Amino acid sequence: MSHTFDFDGRAIPFTTGQSVGAALVAAGIRAWRTTRREGRPRGIFCGIGVCFDCLVEVDGVPNQRACLVPAAADMIVRRQEGAGRGHLAV
Amino acid sequence: MPADVVVIGAGVVGAATAWYATRAGLSVTVVDRGPVAGGTTGAGEGNILVSDKPPGAELDLAMLSSRLWRELGTEVGGFEYDAKGGLVVASAADGVAALSGLAAEQAKAGVDTVVVPAGDLAEHEPHLNPELAGGVLYPQDAQVQPMLAAARLLRSARRSGATVHTGVEVTGFLRSGGQVTGVRTSTGDLPAGAVVNAAGTWGGEIASLAGVEVPVLPRRGFILVTEPLPRLIRHKVYAAEYVSDVASDDAALQTSPVVEGTRAGTVLIGASRERVGYDRTLSVRVLRALAAQAVELFPVLAGVQVIRAYRGFRPYCPDHLPVIGPDPRAPGLFHACGHEGAGIGLAAATGLLIAELIDGQQPSLDVAPFRPERFR
Repeated sequence: MSHTFDFDGRAIPFTTGQSVGAALVAAGIRAWRTTRREGRPRGIFCGIGVCFDCLVEVDGVPNQRACLVPAAADMIVRRQEGAGRGHLAV
Repeated sequence: MPADVVVIGAGVVGAATAWYATRAGLSVTVVDRGPVAGGTTGAGEGNILVSDKPPGAELDLAMLSSRLWRELGTEVGGFEYDAKGGLVVASAADGVAALSGLAAEQAKAGVDTVVVPAGDLAEHEPHLNPELAGGVLYPQDAQVQPMLAAARLLRSARRSGATVHTGVEVTGFLRSGGQVTGVRTSTGDLPAGAVVNAAGTWGGEIASLAGVEVPVLPRRGFILVTEPLPRLIRHKVYAAEYVSDVASDDAALQTSPVVEGTRAGTVLIGASRERVGYDRTLSVRVLRALAAQAVELFPVLAGVQVIRAYRGFRPYCPDHLPVIGPDPRAPGLFHACGHEGAGIGLAAATGLLIAELIDGQQPSLDVAPFRPERFR
C-alpha cells in the first residue's frame, strides 16, 4: 500500500522511512521555502540537518527541517515564507 | 614614540574611549588579549537604558550616554542602533504603584516616562500577557548590537589614526617613580602618557598589576536566543523585578524576564544574575527559568524554538556603580570598568569622560561618584 502526505493540496507519495524532503524532491519539487529578506527559493542543500535551508511547515509548525522529518501518512506540509510566522507580526 | 593613550580592552568601553580620545586629537593604542568584543561586551544584549536606574549619579551618566549613543548611531553607525523604547510591566497593582512612583522620580531627573494603564498595554505590545496590571513606557531606551558597536567605533578610530592590537596581553605596567608610563605586554613594552583600564570584568586584575585595588567581580548572566521571527515585540520589555534584581546584593540566582526583538529577527530572552565566580558551566535550570518567565510575559513565545544560549560575566562593584576616572594611587592610570550589566549603555559617556579627563578638559559630568579610590 502506498502512502501520501499533503503538500499545498497535492498528494505526495513516500516510502517508509523516507524524509519529507526526499519525498518532495522525488516528486519533482525542489523548492519549498523563500528566504526572509529577498524571498529567494530554497529546498534541500545539505540534506543532513545542518544547514537549515530546507525549512518547511509541518502540521502547522514552521521551521521544520524537511530533510530530517520522516514522512507520515496524512501529514499536512506547507510551503514556508520567510520566518514562517508572518501572521504573528505586529 | 609613546602614544598619548594606551587603552586596555577592545570591548565597547575601550572602543568608545579610543574613539573619543582620537577625536580629541590624542594618539591612541588599544590592546586586548583576545579579539574585539571577546569578553564582557560580547556576552551582553546591547541595552542602552535609562529606565532601570533610579535618580542619582548612574542615571545622570546614563542620560548623557543615551544622548551620545544617538549621535554615534548617526556619526559612526553600522551597529543596529535602535531607539525602540523600553516598556516595564508589573503583574499586580502594588507593582504598578511602585513603578509609577519610580517613574515620577525619574521624570524629575529629565527621563521621558509614560504611565501605561493595563487597558493600553496591548496597543504598545499586542502579544503581551493580557493579565498584566500595567506598566511604564520609556521612549529613550535603545539598543545596539554590542559587538558591532565596538568594532565600528574601533574601525572609525583607526581611520583617524588609532592603532588596535588584538591577541596581545598586558602583563604589567611601566613606571617612572610613582607615575604609570605605559604597559608591558606579551609582545613588548608600550610606553604611553596615560593608560586606561577598560578590561570589563577583568578590570580588578589589571588594577592589581598596577598595585591598586579596584573591587570588580563577575556576576554570571545567561541569555536565550530564539529562531528568527517577524517583529513580535516592539520594545525592550521587562518585569519590574529586574530593577531590584540588579541592585540586589544576594549571591544566589535571580531571574526576571527581559524580552526584546532584534533587527536580525531573533528574540533575546534574559536576564539571570548569580555570583559563581568565572564558572562558565551551562545551567539548564537557569535556561528553563528564563524561558518560563518569558512565556509568562509573552504567551506567544510558547510555540517558538530557542536556537541557542550565551552567557557571560557582568562586572559589578559592591556599590553597583562603575569605576571611572584617574587613580590617585597610580598617577597616569585611568579606570573605565565595573559597569555591571549596563556597560554597553554607559560606554559612550564613559569614553567621552575619560577622553576629556586625559585631555585636561572639564569633564561633561562630575565623575566623583565613580572615583576608583572610593572603596575601603
